[in-house]
Amino acid sequence: MSTSAKYWRGIPQRYRLEAERCASCGMEFFPPRLVCSGCGARKFMPIKLNDHGKLLTYTVIRVGPSEFCEQTPYAMGIVELDGGVRMTAQIADVDFDTLEVGMPLKVEFRKIREEGQAGILCYGYKFVPE
Amino acid sequence: MAGIIGYGAYVPRNRIKVEEIAKVWGADAPSYKRGLMLQEKSVPSPDQDVITMSVEATKHALTRAQIDPAKIGAVYVGSESHPYAVKPSGTVLAEAIGATPEVHCADFEFACKAGSEAMFVCMGLVDSGSIEYGLAVGADTSQGAPSDALEYSAAAGAASFIIGRDPGVARVIDTYAYMTDTPDFWRRSYMHYPRHAGRFTGQPAYFKHITSCATGLMEKVDLTPKDFAYVVFHQPNGKFPQRVGKMLGFTKEQIEPGWLSPILGNTYSGSSPMGLTATLDVAKPGDMILMVSYGSGAGSDGFVFEVTDRIDGVRNVAPGTRELLDKKTYIEYGTYAKYRRKIRMGE
Ligand SMILES: [Zn+2]
Repeated sequence: MSTSAKYWRGIPQRYRLEAERCASCGMEFFPPRLVCSGCGARKFMPIKLNDHGKLLTYTVIRVGPSEFCEQTPYAMGIVELDGGVRMTAQIADVDFDTLEVGMPLKVEFRKIREEGQAGILCYGYKFVPE
Repeated sequence: MAGIIGYGAYVPRNRIKVEEIAKVWGADAPSYKRGLMLQEKSVPSPDQDVITMSVEATKHALTRAQIDPAKIGAVYVGSESHPYAVKPSGTVLAEAIGATPEVHCADFEFACKAGSEAMFVCMGLVDSGSIEYGLAVGADTSQGAPSDALEYSAAAGAASFIIGRDPGVARVIDTYAYMTDTPDFWRRSYMHYPRHAGRFTGQPAYFKHITSCATGLMEKVDLTPKDFAYVVFHQPNGKFPQRVGKMLGFTKEQIEPGWLSPILGNTYSGSSPMGLTATLDVAKPGDMILMVSYGSGAGSDGFVFEVTDRIDGVRNVAPGTRELLDKKTYIEYGTYAKYRRKIRMGE
């Protein structure tokens, strides 16, 4: 399976934060899934996640993979969006001494990685301080 | 005529001061600051490019426009630093905002004029009735060669406009274009940095095209400089727009709100479009605005806008351009060199 195909399949989630809400119990899932882990139902409604949330926990990566050497050190966090969905992402444009659990963050569209010198550019979501 | 339904800008957070660049190359910072009227410029982070800045500027434009993105019939991104050599920026932008798949995408390139070009074409398509809404973006993450004069100005930023049939926040009164073949600035294929013809970039290039375009457009609509509340010119540095304004008979006050280059640098395709977003941030209903872009090679697109009373309702629903400029972190030349990939890495 090529990287292109894998990346392409995730575009609705990576670019637009498309998620699903269980039609019977209302639980929200990101990324979407086939069976609701709350009630076992298989019918979902498409929803778009909120762009705003708050930081639940974080860490600062000081020794990262070599492809991220330009950005090291960088912060990674688990963010709870308004609406309850939690997601893990990089926190960009932040001074580390201002990182604080509960701080308001918003989604920004960023380049996530490059497939080497000649491969595709992969875009998606990161968080930045409000 | 078409109108601007929504507008938005984006500026990366990093800034580098003229002094910091001058220090590395043994240049005289005060003479650059005085001569080019530049203090600092924006620098993109390694995870920012024309596509990411276009998406963020467009989110602001959509917040102001309050339209369904699926109704956007054209997505045009103007830039001379499209991230791919082959593969459009526009499709990523269109996908990110939810405008796909019933949409026409094209990437424009014309040195610093590609953004206004996108606006120009969107207005034509809207007027012809081919599309209901068009999205025009001017964005760049341009680079000047290390130690070249352009290194002090080449900056990053984006401006985005939703163009539609109703007058929106600013009605397009008329447009005009002035082009000639003038080799003042260029970049050949596979070359990393552009080349320029030194002083030749001034009089026969920037000044001739902007003054000719502005004069031709004002004659066409039968208006004079005093009829305009504001004027926006392309801003390769701080000095040129002030000088061309004076040549045409505009005052400092008319230029001031959109004069971003001293604290932003030259955002190339984003330059005059961002000057327009900053001007719309302060304009009042009924104000007339003249905008004239400039792209080397060479040409100018001119626009006359009349601000409508809708401006007051949308101005503050998304961040203003100067508000974005105020959010900044200063970086040193070493960080700048790393972020802009001026350092040769191991394989
Ligand atoms: Zn359920």
